[in-house]
Amino acid sequence: MAELAAVVGVGQTKYQTKRSDVSIAGLVREAAVNALKDAELTWDDIDAVIVGKAPDMFEGIIMPEAYLTDALGCNGKPMLRVHTAGSVGGSTAIVAASYVQSGMFKRILTVAFEKQSESNAMWALSNPQPFSPHLNAGAGGYFAPIIREYMRRSNAPYNAGIRVATKDRLHGALNPLAHLKLGEITEEQVEHSGMLWDPIRMLESCPSSDGACAMIIANEELAEQSPKKPAWIRGTAMRSEPTMFAEREEVNPLAGRQCAADVYQQAGITNPRKEIDCAEIYVPFSWYEPMWLENLGFAEEGEGWKLTMDNVTSLIDGGDTPWNPSGGVLSSNPIGASGMIRFAEAAQQVRGECGDHQVPGAKTAMGHAYGGGAQFYAMWIVSSDKS
Amino acid sequence: MRDIAVVAYAQNPIVRDAGANNEVELIMPVVNEVLKEAGLKDIHDVDFTCSGSCDYLQGAAFAFVAGVDALGAVPPIKESHVEMDAAWALYESILKINMGAAESALIYGFAKSSPGKLAQVLSQQLDPYYYSPLWPDVVSLNAMQARSAMEAGVLTEEDMAEVVSRSRANAKSNDKAQLSGDYSVEQLLEEPEYIAPLRKHDCPPVSDGASAMIICTVEKAKEWGLPYAVIKAMDHRIETHNFGARDLTVSESTAIAAEAVGVNSAKVDVAEIHAPFSHQEIILKKALGLGDDTVVNPSGGPLAGNVMMAAGLDRIGEVARRIINGEAKRGVAHATSGPCLQHNMVTVLEAE
Amino acid sequence: MPQNEPEVLSQAFTLGYTYTRSTGPVVGQFLTGLRDRKLIGNKASDGKVYVPPMEYDPKTAEAITDFVDVAETGVVKTWSWVNEPNEKHLLRKPFAFAMIQLDGTDVPMLHMVDAGSQDAMSTGMKVQVRWADETQGLITDIACFEPVTEDSKVAEKPAASDLEPITGVESPVYLEYNFTAGKATATFLSNIKKGKLTGGKCSECSAVYVPPRGSCPACGVANDENVELSNKATVQSFTIISIPIPGNPIKPPFVVANLMVDGAHQSFLHIVSGCENSDVRIGMRVEAVWKPEEEWTHAMESIAYFQPIDEPDIPREEIGRLTPKGEKNDA
Repeated sequence: MAELAAVVGVGQTKYQTKRSDVSIAGLVREAAVNALKDAELTWDDIDAVIVGKAPDMFEGIIMPEAYLTDALGCNGKPMLRVHTAGSVGGSTAIVAASYVQSGMFKRILTVAFEKQSESNAMWALSNPQPFSPHLNAGAGGYFAPIIREYMRRSNAPYNAGIRVATKDRLHGALNPLAHLKLGEITEEQVEHSGMLWDPIRMLESCPSSDGACAMIIANEELAEQSPKKPAWIRGTAMRSEPTMFAEREEVNPLAGRQCAADVYQQAGITNPRKEIDCAEIYVPFSWYEPMWLENLGFAEEGEGWKLTMDNVTSLIDGGDTPWNPSGGVLSSNPIGASGMIRFAEAAQQVRGECGDHQVPGAKTAMGHAYGGGAQFYAMWIVSSDKS
Repeated sequence: MRDIAVVAYAQNPIVRDAGANNEVELIMPVVNEVLKEAGLKDIHDVDFTCSGSCDYLQGAAFAFVAGVDALGAVPPIKESHVEMDAAWALYESILKINMGAAESALIYGFAKSSPGKLAQVLSQQLDPYYYSPLWPDVVSLNAMQARSAMEAGVLTEEDMAEVVSRSRANAKSNDKAQLSGDYSVEQLLEEPEYIAPLRKHDCPPVSDGASAMIICTVEKAKEWGLPYAVIKAMDHRIETHNFGARDLTVSESTAIAAEAVGVNSAKVDVAEIHAPFSHQEIILKKALGLGDDTVVNPSGGPLAGNVMMAAGLDRIGEVARRIINGEAKRGVAHATSGPCLQHNMVTVLEAE
Repeated sequence: MPQNEPEVLSQAFTLGYTYTRSTGPVVGQFLTGLRDRKLIGNKASDGKVYVPPMEYDPKTAEAITDFVDVAETGVVKTWSWVNEPNEKHLLRKPFAFAMIQLDGTDVPMLHMVDAGSQDAMSTGMKVQVRWADETQGLITDIACFEPVTEDSKVAEKPAASDLEPITGVESPVYLEYNFTAGKATATFLSNIKKGKLTGGKCSECSAVYVPPRGSCPACGVANDENVELSNKATVQSFTIISIPIPGNPIKPPFVVANLMVDGAHQSFLHIVSGCENSDVRIGMRVEAVWKPEEEWTHAMESIAYFQPIDEPDIPREEIGRLTPKGEKNDA
């Protein structure tokens, strides 16, 4: 049986297009130091360090964790580097939790980062190799046809994506760390922001950011001694399936459904819409909110967009299940860290540490990340209660 | 940690250039072989899958995503990946089993290093402001380590040649090895220096290949009716990236890990050491505290075939295989990562 | 089709980018010093002096902020001799990589020594900095080190420049590879060069993949039975792209569609043209328009695009269920 584990410290950097004031080590360090401060701990209190980031080509350093060991106070300790594509921030948090849940470590530090401004995201994600597919229009080009198919099947109104894009930016304006601060944004602006990959508009897409996110995870005994409220990890799950195979369900992937069922079962959740107070879900393109509402069982298939249109997911409009109160991936997107930010923000909600974007009374929250061709999933449920 | 059983291990023949075999075509045979060896039908018969690979070796982002195509992961599987040697994928899997989230796991590591110039590629693993712009190839870096050790009296060039001679000779009985044969110390020392003080044979070959392993709880191994070796303990530690600040003639992190897993609490019959360069075997043998009664690298070790991201897992597989065969009762496997032995893992295995 | 061994397709390519690195204050201070031909180190809490300066103490993990000026001369602690420089090495003649401990510091730094010959190298030898002709705030402003001889003298320092401190550097990381296509890809592209679209059929589930990638991802077995496919396809979904694709000459806006070729069970991406972009729809029937035969290569670009044909749309549920002859396959 897994040992109980909890998040006792969270640290993030400010997210922005280019953090020109720091080195890569400096960026990662900032998040780690903030997490230590939050938990009122020092480097000596950490037993192992687990690092996550997306492809090494973003920064052009092979296995950069080797270079980061000095910045992360890791010398003489165990270090591990996770890479599971876009879901990596979430997977890294889950692997980090397993260090403690296994009973083999008492307290660990986990950090995920991306310094995207060192290169160009579209290049780093799809640098051309000979004899490989010739048309690669980046993540937007890949996901746009899947979104189109969702729109066809669900008969969703054309502006459901616009609603999400606006809502998440209004949320982001409440988060001092968010990259995009668009407190005055309107649905008209989103609608007229120009099609990039029809049906995806520019303002329906995520930005490219520099940033890092860190967490300290401790066992039950140490978590109970922690000065601030811990976020108890009630369930963790990962699932993978191939990028493409005959009759693959791409709109509502089975891997996502199974991953959600697994994590709910661990956390004793039977009705996510009712029992989960808020969620930080990986939505890099706005239409993925209604799609994931269905995939994650918050709505029946074909009806996710109704929750969006009814403002159920809006913190500002008082919805009962706010999604991405931090502003989400649509407001800040350092790719390798984006998943961990979702997991960390979920923890901050149940710790009551979210300030202006706090969901009142949040007790149970979900963190979610996906990657590759919507084929790698990582999810966790955190709660203010142990059981 | 609880006892973990190694029930299956397979390795492709290690080759200089796998040519028209892509990652999928390298991985499928070893994955299918370990499943068969364990008497399992498909990937869904194990609870967790984890792999190790490195995008830059072949020069394409997301090498591991293609790897998933080799598994038959429909319906979806519980799966993860480390951008490290698969020995660390094994470590992640052991955490999963220890927390009760899985009873069994399949681990694989693979690399196709042949398309690139490996020594140059790995120079880009270094500090990006101070080191990598100088393009210090890995052979040059390790040659500096070898000289430090020689001048400190830790080893001689005869010692290094002896390591190579034994590696090649041992590899004669390993049908997967890339380099094998009889070479005397004198013969090897007659070879010219390559990047002094290293000779070519002091360096590992560039290799393509893949390896896979299945582990499970001891209870599960019994339920499956499989012979097994037991992983008793495993630990890994990293050191500063600034190799100027390290004493290159010793391996401090290996010593810490060896102490933590109790390498010398009982006799060590066999050790497989992930020493890509000949001098490192001597440094590591000292750090592990091994005596002359331990058989070192009976497979030939990395000098006989060095598949990046699999060679560390291979060490553990080779020790497990010898324990399962009854050739040894207790063994130690070492895995390394990073420039000049920056990061080291030590595993203790025993017979059931 | 006969299952001949495909030809081996290999091609060189360069993976590279000129990275734009921000340095942060510590690295930046060192590089700014180099531009002025000055060596700056820093001192950790235990009194150790590091050159180049470390951002964080490897022992305590604390930030190191105490900067000190350091001499240009030092001692070789260990070295390796590169007799034949590779194409990336910065010195074009035999040289040494060395760990050099500068006078007054406690930790050696990595650089190169130009000593002329291996015999002139020894551990413990005195060396001094040889500056690059032009300095710009990079580690390579130190061209290399060279042996200190009796008539060596330290060159006059130019006055410190009044340029802005270094906060960022460009870092070109270009690596050359010779990529070899997998067997399945090689077979597929060899057939494309002959003007034929082929797929790989799974021996277990019979699904046909185009392009094949060496395995049936669902079953995890090789799909090396080749089947010839139709030139006709159905639009499974699509996007209209309004921004240029890096390295691709095509002018936006253009339609990229997921196309399910008759007889295949997996779509691939290609361009749909020959109609208004706004006419493209899910279920629409299209056909490959091949380039002239002399332009056929080992690439999907041998097909210029797919264009609409006069056939009724296919219901979405039936896409991917057509035989190579375009009949519905209920099997």
